[in-house]
Amino acid sequence: MVKLMMNSKYDLIVLGGGPGGYVAAIRAAQLGMKVVVVEREHIGGVCLNWGCIPTKALLRSSEVHHILKNLDDFGFHAKEVTFDIKKVVKRSRNIAKQLSNGVEHLLKKNKVDLLNGEGKLVAKTNKLRSVEVKTADGDLVNLIGENVILATGARARSLPNILPDGKGIWTYKQAMVPETLPKSIVIIGSGAIGVEFASFYNDMGVDVTIVEVMDRILPVEDPEISDFAQKSYIKQGIKIKTSSKVVTVKTESLGLNVSVETNGRIENLKVEKAILAVGIIGNTDGLGLEGTNVEVNQGHIVVDQWCQTNEPGVFAIGDVVGAPWLAHKASHEGVLCVERIAGVQGVHPLDVNNIPGCTYSRPQIASVGMTQTQAKTAGYETKIGKFPFVGNGKAIALGEIEGFVKTIFDKKTGELLGAHMIGAEVTEMIQGYTIARTLETTEAELLNTVFPHPTLSEMMHESVLDAYDRALHI
Amino acid sequence: MPISILMPALSPTMTEGNLVAWHKQEGDTISPGEVIAEIETDKATMEVEAVDEGKLGKILISAGTEGVAVNTTIGVILEDGETLEDVKEDSEVPKPEASKPILPNKLEALSEEDSVQNILEDTGTSSVEILADMTIIPNQTDRVFSSPLARRMAEQAGIDIGTVKGSGPNGRIIKDDIDSILKKGMPNHDGILAKQLSSEMTVSNEVVGPVYEANLNTPMRKVIARRLTESKQTAPHFYMVADCEIDTLLETRSQLNEKIENGKISVNDLIIRASALALKLVPMANASWTEEETRVYKNVDISVAVAIDGGLITPIVKDAGNKGLKAISEEMKDLAERAKSGKLMPEEYQGGTFSISNLGMYGVKEFSAVINPPQGAILAVGMGEKRPVVKDNALSIATIMTCTLSVDHRVVDGAVGAQFLSAFKKLIEDPLRMLL
Repeated sequence: MVKLMMNSKYDLIVLGGGPGGYVAAIRAAQLGMKVVVVEREHIGGVCLNWGCIPTKALLRSSEVHHILKNLDDFGFHAKEVTFDIKKVVKRSRNIAKQLSNGVEHLLKKNKVDLLNGEGKLVAKTNKLRSVEVKTADGDLVNLIGENVILATGARARSLPNILPDGKGIWTYKQAMVPETLPKSIVIIGSGAIGVEFASFYNDMGVDVTIVEVMDRILPVEDPEISDFAQKSYIKQGIKIKTSSKVVTVKTESLGLNVSVETNGRIENLKVEKAILAVGIIGNTDGLGLEGTNVEVNQGHIVVDQWCQTNEPGVFAIGDVVGAPWLAHKASHEGVLCVERIAGVQGVHPLDVNNIPGCTYSRPQIASVGMTQTQAKTAGYETKIGKFPFVGNGKAIALGEIEGFVKTIFDKKTGELLGAHMIGAEVTEMIQGYTIARTLETTEAELLNTVFPHPTLSEMMHESVLDAYDRALHI
Repeated sequence: MPISILMPALSPTMTEGNLVAWHKQEGDTISPGEVIAEIETDKATMEVEAVDEGKLGKILISAGTEGVAVNTTIGVILEDGETLEDVKEDSEVPKPEASKPILPNKLEALSEEDSVQNILEDTGTSSVEILADMTIIPNQTDRVFSSPLARRMAEQAGIDIGTVKGSGPNGRIIKDDIDSILKKGMPNHDGILAKQLSSEMTVSNEVVGPVYEANLNTPMRKVIARRLTESKQTAPHFYMVADCEIDTLLETRSQLNEKIENGKISVNDLIIRASALALKLVPMANASWTEEETRVYKNVDISVAVAIDGGLITPIVKDAGNKGLKAISEEMKDLAERAKSGKLMPEEYQGGTFSISNLGMYGVKEFSAVINPPQGAILAVGMGEKRPVVKDNALSIATIMTCTLSVDHRVVDGAVGAQFLSAFKKLIEDPLRMLL
């Protein structure tokens, strides 16, 4: 922990050291500000310690397991492949730890002070903000600063009838560190978090059921993607109940009894564990907001396009502000907010339509911009292209023939309205379409771009070609 | 190797200018630092100084040419021993840094008696060919940075992309910019509209109308017309008037001036100082409106209107809030002199956060000025004259100067304007405060 200068005045106090907060702090330090980050738990936040990174480590293990189960396809033969879930979890924890240490080092390198504790806004004097921090050691420290960024993130939302107890009913936090592998799991909610755990546990040999209240899984994705994902998961053995509501979860001697209502019909599922993945809610409690003009609406802090709250000198970024709950959105907001505070010229507000979203289930899902439904609702006449993995040489060589790439263009202007992909490694490819959207390219530039052969990215080209009836390999 | 003289950009936004005059003839020797030509932009005349040594080999753009694009080759300097042949044979763009090529000198060095025309005839080189060789420099400033989507939308809507102001990174024109033009309902068939208008005008000119002398609009007149029309059409002006007693101010001024050896403090200098201090007290009056935000300026940069031949210009006393009277006075004198001779640098008249226009010296009692956009306010100052005033229920005489503040209601509300005017009046009527 960096030694802290007591009573010193900061240009910026950041509450929360997640991907929003620590990035904001580093950018502020680069711009010459004196910065302190207050973090109550782990530097790197949920993303790095309990979210994006450790789950990717787990999913890598389950992917390896999946390949091992299908060695025959690649010409190998192995007897009795076994694994130790403790080691799988340990690997994931080590990776999280390594990255958390890395971020701490980055803050140190940028001369950002770090204080371990919980901060709250207490007062304003002469335009200066006071933040009272209850440190991990129980001391009270008062920080003074010109500006405060609230980057306190979010936590799992619970349902009134289902309260996670950490034993039978898990949130992502327990689901990430199982001591033993349960025989069966019901996952409540089919957003990115839900389906990633479904993929992990299913590939590790657990009996998985997804319960989703909407009529399709992955409700924020394009309907065709949802449909394809659902068929793929079912083929892998995952059970999916859409338009279904979990009524009660009862703890019994042998596990849980989950009653699920589908179209008025109740079904009781006997499972060992349940994972609650029904979205998240902003961490706004205990921040001292009650004494300020900061507005909280449905669990999230209200800000303008520059992340400014209703209270001068107080800003908020990332998950605590609201959807999309993505680390890269938080980081981007952190940078633009700090640059705005510093008066950097040419700062632009974040365009939500240019934030890519990635889901790391098997198959992977990635998208940017509007879904077909959104484009239609917005009144666009569209041109839509699609290209399947099965038509791509590299995909066949990899043994990954499941998936497709879909592109949606405005018929009139040729604007790329949205791109939606499902299949192997699509999370690594979506940046191409994101750059295209950010640069405002039309179909013409995408058609004229030379894509390397043989790569999965050729499908991105073919999908655009297809939208203009020019696909070559289908 | 021959050196191209390029049309300079006098400001980052300048795309073209007028070549007013050449100060050197073809064949004249040029040394670094010498003035070789004069360039006129929208507001100023600038002298072009030579950087390199040599002879002016050829003038490619003649004096009096209007609308010369930045970076166009306007002339060629020949270094020792070079002839126009070098220009001809060097197919590449001449680069000042490049080493001298060893080329056969078919001609002797340009002597003072040789006219360029003779040389051209001797070598069979036409000036057209030279021109072609010299102007192959890609004209960077002609490139309009715009997104492909913005270009296509502009094309579809019949908007000339070159006329659109970009709001993207580094001024790149993006979809939003075209969208906002379309929202304002720009007609799609501009061309047709313009044609009809011009034919109507031709007819009316031929048939009726008083006899006139046609003075082509100078770039400065065009800028004044454009900016002030924009101001009156977009900024909702309102006005507030204050009568300031200046007897004490005049007395203080003459006392000050007795103590100053060089130069005199003018009433205008005191007005600049008082305005700057009042703006520091009421910073909200030192602000600009943009669609996205209200910009409250941290510095007080006062633009002072100066009448010059063919129009007016507003040189800026920068950071006037932190400058003493003497400094303001000296700076203003220098700026006004250079303004009148057209020698201001663009950064000396572009910008500013508040304007003052003083017509007191012309005997104007009071007037209302047009706000100098994007500023939020302008102070119009009338003459100081003795007027009857009521003091302690008795009639007396005082020297009164009427000041009218024009404010842009989008940024400055009545109360803020009034606070500024009252702070200003206090400083003017009790000028010792200004010396604090």
